[in-house]
Amino acid sequence: MATFFGEVVVAPSRAGLDEEEEAREETPEDREIRREIEKKREVDVLWSGGAQQPLVCSRFVVAIGRNAAAFLSSFILDSVCWEVVGVVKLWNEWCKTSSTTNVLPTDSFCLFYRLISDPTVLLCQCSCYVAEDQQFQWLEKVFGSMQKKGLQVTILSTCPVADYKTQESTLTLVSPFLKALKTKEFQEQVCCPLLEQPNIVRDLPAA
Amino acid sequence: FTLLLQPAVSVGNVGQLAIDLVISTLDMTKVGYFYTDCLVPMVGNNPYATAEENSTELSINAEVYSLPSKKLVVLQIRSPFIKNKYRPFCEALLSWVKSSKCARVVLLSSSHAYQRDDEQLLGTPLRYLLTPDLEKAVGGQVKELNWKEMEKVASYPGVSDTDKVLHIPGGGITKLLFTESCSEGIQMAVLLKFCSEGDNIPDAFVLVNYLNEWLQLIKSEVSTVRSKWKIPSSWRLLFGSGLPPALF
Repeated sequence: MATFFGEVVVAPSRAGLDEEEEAREETPEDREIRREIEKKREVDVLWSGGAQQPLVCSRFVVAIGRNAAAFLSSFILDSVCWEVVGVVKLWNEWCKTSSTTNVLPTDSFCLFYRLISDPTVLLCQCSCYVAEDQQFQWLEKVFGSMQKKGLQVTILSTCPVADYKTQESTLTLVSPFLKALKTKEFQEQVCCPLLEQPNIVRDLPAA
Repeated sequence: FTLLLQPAVSVGNVGQLAIDLVISTLDMTKVGYFYTDCLVPMVGNNPYATAEENSTELSINAEVYSLPSKKLVVLQIRSPFIKNKYRPFCEALLSWVKSSKCARVVLLSSSHAYQRDDEQLLGTPLRYLLTPDLEKAVGGQVKELNWKEMEKVASYPGVSDTDKVLHIPGGGITKLLFTESCSEGIQMAVLLKFCSEGDNIPDAFVLVNYLNEWLQLIKSEVSTVRSKWKIPSSWRLLFGSGLPPALF
């Protein structure tokens, strides 16, 4: 692609496939390095001793991202009614989760809490960034530990207003505002309008 | 026999846009999806919604649609491949093609326009490829259409007597799927267009009309090219939200 000044630059293609990566055959050293990296990037879900698996769960609220996690901390969580029952440990280029359960709001963490008065109600606060290649693993390992019959899942997350596509300019939009996506099986009333096309959700909330 | 139509995630996303046009115009029914860890997750409401009532069905990154009257099955892919996952995806896809007994596969794709050589700069920007098994079946039909086969290039450009290889820059998984299909005896056709990143809607129309020359999915008329295909509602605001009036 030629820029205005006449220099040729390689534009990142939406094809998303790195040409060099595709052309080169993987040597045994490459394979070894790749395996080591995969191991380092593995997602570990650790449940505390009191939590018997598969976890019996009726309601699971997952807060993804710092804002959603902060929402739970400010309005829902407290040390009297909720106890920590699990933690996710992971590492990627953007963050490493702290292994302690006494976390500061500025830490990157992923913790699971259980309502003491009703142990089938679970909360997850995930303020760390879960990379593309770890999202599916996170999903399988977390939900794999749960009995899913009769389970209602609520996912809370935030997106920048600038990413929202609408006819008018986003500058004039009254924000923040809520939008929802729901599966057919969710029969209850939703408290806000549904997310209209062409807007989409990606990454861990989408997974 | 059933025909599977699918896109490659390639330059300009032309294949995917063309598939959107096919699904939208033929009003195809969703029949399933791929639960895969190979594509970046995404979810949204129905991209082909035409009214309030049908707008709330969730849609994800790899879904399958069908039109039994035309014995047509379409796979749409809506997000990029996760690093190192495109090979497992291709393997899973081809094994699904074989197990579901799809007789033929047509792959819509694109390739970087700037990589064309002097000859390719002239004439049509559209190309095709057929695996040997499909060549036997429809080679004659395709010859009648006067299409241009994708040229092979020297594996070491500049060196005169080297082997000629297939090279599809910007084509994503196109080359891998095609070469695998050749060796596994799958009847596959690749239809691609040379293009660059930008507003690729016109490229999608050109590619889908090219496809239509052969498959006759909709009636082709001599009149305006755009009017026959139905643009899905999700193509709105492709380049972002409205502009603030204070800008001017």
